[in-house]
Amino acid sequence: MTPAGSTPRWGILLLVTALVIAAAGTYAAIAFGRFQESMAAASSARVASGVAELTKATVLFRNTASGQGYGMIGSVPLSEPAGARSLTDVACDRVYGTLQDIVCLKTNRGLVTNFEAVLLDPDWQQTRSWAVPGIPSRTRMNTDGSLVATTVFVTGHSYGSAGFSTETSITAAQGGGGTGSLEDFALLVNGTRITAADRNIWGVTFVPGQSDTFYATAASSGRIWLVKGSISARTLTAVHDGVECPSISPDGTRIAYKKNTGGPLAAHWRVALLDLATGTETVLSEQRSVDDQIEWLDDQTLLYGLARDGAAGDSDIWQINVDPASRSALYIEHAWSPSVVR
Amino acid sequence: MLRQEGSAIYLSISDRNGGKKDLASADLSPAGPRGKPFRLSPVILCLGLVSMLTDVSSESVSAILPLYITGFLGLSTIAFGILDGINQGASAIVRIAASHASDRLGRPKGVALAGYGLSMLARIGLLFASGFWALTGVVTADRIGKGIRTAPRDALIAVSAQPEYLARHFGVHRMLDNIGAASGPLLAFFILMLVPNGYGIVFVVSLAFAAVGVAALALLVPNLKTGAPGGSKPAGKTGPAWGFRWRLLREPGIGRLLVAAGILGLLTVGDGFIYLVLQDRDSFAVQWFPLLYVGTNVVFLVLAVPLGRLADRWGKARVFVAGHVALLACYLLAAAPLGGLGPTVACLVLLGAFYAATDGVLAALASQLTPPDKLATGLGAAQTVVALSRMAASAGFGVLWFALGPSTAMTVVGSCLAAAVAASWFILRGGLRQRTAV
Repeated sequence: MTPAGSTPRWGILLLVTALVIAAAGTYAAIAFGRFQESMAAASSARVASGVAELTKATVLFRNTASGQGYGMIGSVPLSEPAGARSLTDVACDRVYGTLQDIVCLKTNRGLVTNFEAVLLDPDWQQTRSWAVPGIPSRTRMNTDGSLVATTVFVTGHSYGSAGFSTETSITAAQGGGGTGSLEDFALLVNGTRITAADRNIWGVTFVPGQSDTFYATAASSGRIWLVKGSISARTLTAVHDGVECPSISPDGTRIAYKKNTGGPLAAHWRVALLDLATGTETVLSEQRSVDDQIEWLDDQTLLYGLARDGAAGDSDIWQINVDPASRSALYIEHAWSPSVVR
Repeated sequence: MLRQEGSAIYLSISDRNGGKKDLASADLSPAGPRGKPFRLSPVILCLGLVSMLTDVSSESVSAILPLYITGFLGLSTIAFGILDGINQGASAIVRIAASHASDRLGRPKGVALAGYGLSMLARIGLLFASGFWALTGVVTADRIGKGIRTAPRDALIAVSAQPEYLARHFGVHRMLDNIGAASGPLLAFFILMLVPNGYGIVFVVSLAFAAVGVAALALLVPNLKTGAPGGSKPAGKTGPAWGFRWRLLREPGIGRLLVAAGILGLLTVGDGFIYLVLQDRDSFAVQWFPLLYVGTNVVFLVLAVPLGRLADRWGKARVFVAGHVALLACYLLAAAPLGGLGPTVACLVLLGAFYAATDGVLAALASQLTPPDKLATGLGAAQTVVALSRMAASAGFGVLWFALGPSTAMTVVGSCLAAAVAASWFILRGGLRQRTAV
């Protein structure tokens, strides 16, 4: 047998190659055609005419309705969340905002795909941007819009590796630096400093009306804590176990979060509440696994995103009352990353 | 007696390669390997093309998988990180088993084909997997496939290459391999640029590349024999034992090689950390993060053949150790308080040079130092030692990173690496001296 093989073998290989290219090419062409069709198609959600206006008592979100405007920031008034949505022409993976400033985490697709955080003014014009080192996961802004927290997944440190970790930092919105990675803060658990290498911090929530204090999730060696952070002291102090992606209530008394009731690998996250004064935990009735940082609609109602069954890339925003007896209900269809503008 | 044994081996290799009988004498002449012109083996060219196609397939998926999992499916990725460690361990075990099987059969092609085939099947699974466990299964199958195929494929390269141009042949293979590794991610991101949620297209295109790769391996690469000379004669039983044949060679023994590679591997912290250090001091590196990998791969593919040639002339162990000096320089450059484009690019060049001087050259060294009936086992052992020691290095470096900060940690590891380079050179030279004494 010669190394190059005989002519029939080359012939078979050419035939196989031609067939495979034809099949893959056909698939790609059909998918590309469908994509162009869907881009040109009207939105599958009701869209109001004109550009969205940033006003009090609205909910900002990422529009996930197929058709024109997919992926753009949308808004609906609190008075009519299921009504027609107003859209902007700004694409975001995660969005959060106040009446003056909006932060948008986005993926810049290209041969070199990278990620950035963008600050927008109320006219949706970019005022500032900075590169973030991974795939957007969470973002929050404090009440006066001076601080922006971002959490991203640092994607594999080599193409071959599927190892992931998070990178969370707080940035001063008007420039002038920030905290750098929160992993560099001192993590204190029961008075002991944790120095293990596998520390991960994610999901910052700012305490209303305070410029230095925040809560976040810290994890190390399989343990997960709710930590109270101080920007000036550069510390993270564990205050409770098992709290992920905390979100503090507008009145500052409770924390809504996701609680893992499954295993470390097969997570199942329930929506739960922690009373900060008493340390009492309440698990709400939502049975589906919620992987989101919860947003407070008001002091009694929570909002969170859930992937839509059978429609990858689409999701809905749901609401639930903090009363454990109440049931969840659909709040905004085809939407993700809710942010209530108060 | 020993010399005859050695020449018989090379005769049989050159016979399979359609080579000439005078090869053995050329190899045994102490003057070195310049007696015979370099002729690229078509088998190695085919294997290189198979690897290139397979790397386009696997790297295109690897590059976008995090985006697919988090951005599109909305799954948390921390758990995938936990599984990654388990996967790497499993892959090491499979690698050893597969190389052993390859040697038992005496024909590596079937084992390699099984590995490539499994990875191809994983691509099919990717089209249907959307849950955590399904994706985990797919990624694990791909890893296992990679673990299975590497050692038998390198064994095929080793028996097809002219012995005096072994490292250069490995260099040609690694060059083709890295062309695939560098272009796969670009292809994937190009598809996503045209169709933002076109993950399905990337998976189908990836499957197409994998399928053509498997077909090319099955159809074009002959079912070569490794093992003892004399074909089906029972020579295998009387073949040289471990540690026997190396005395014939210009290079130190496999045992010493494994020790040296392990020590150096323990101080090879992984590109990820170097990229993180670069990102830490420079926003440029954050912005162009994905290009850091491509840049390293491009340097690797450009230097793979020249450094392979150098290894054949100057000594494979020397080039292998010198490659770690390039890594050391890269550490020191990363630790230095320099920002900007220049040092970042210089770091990538040094890192690429490190891979070009060590990856194929280690395989060439290991295959040269291993008795032919244990060829795949020797190759698999070297690869496993390197993979496991580098895994340990990354874990240890993570601790140092947090305890000392990136720059100091880099400097500490750099200092240890300097000592390890000297030590490993001493270890490998010890083997050389032992050889000269015979």
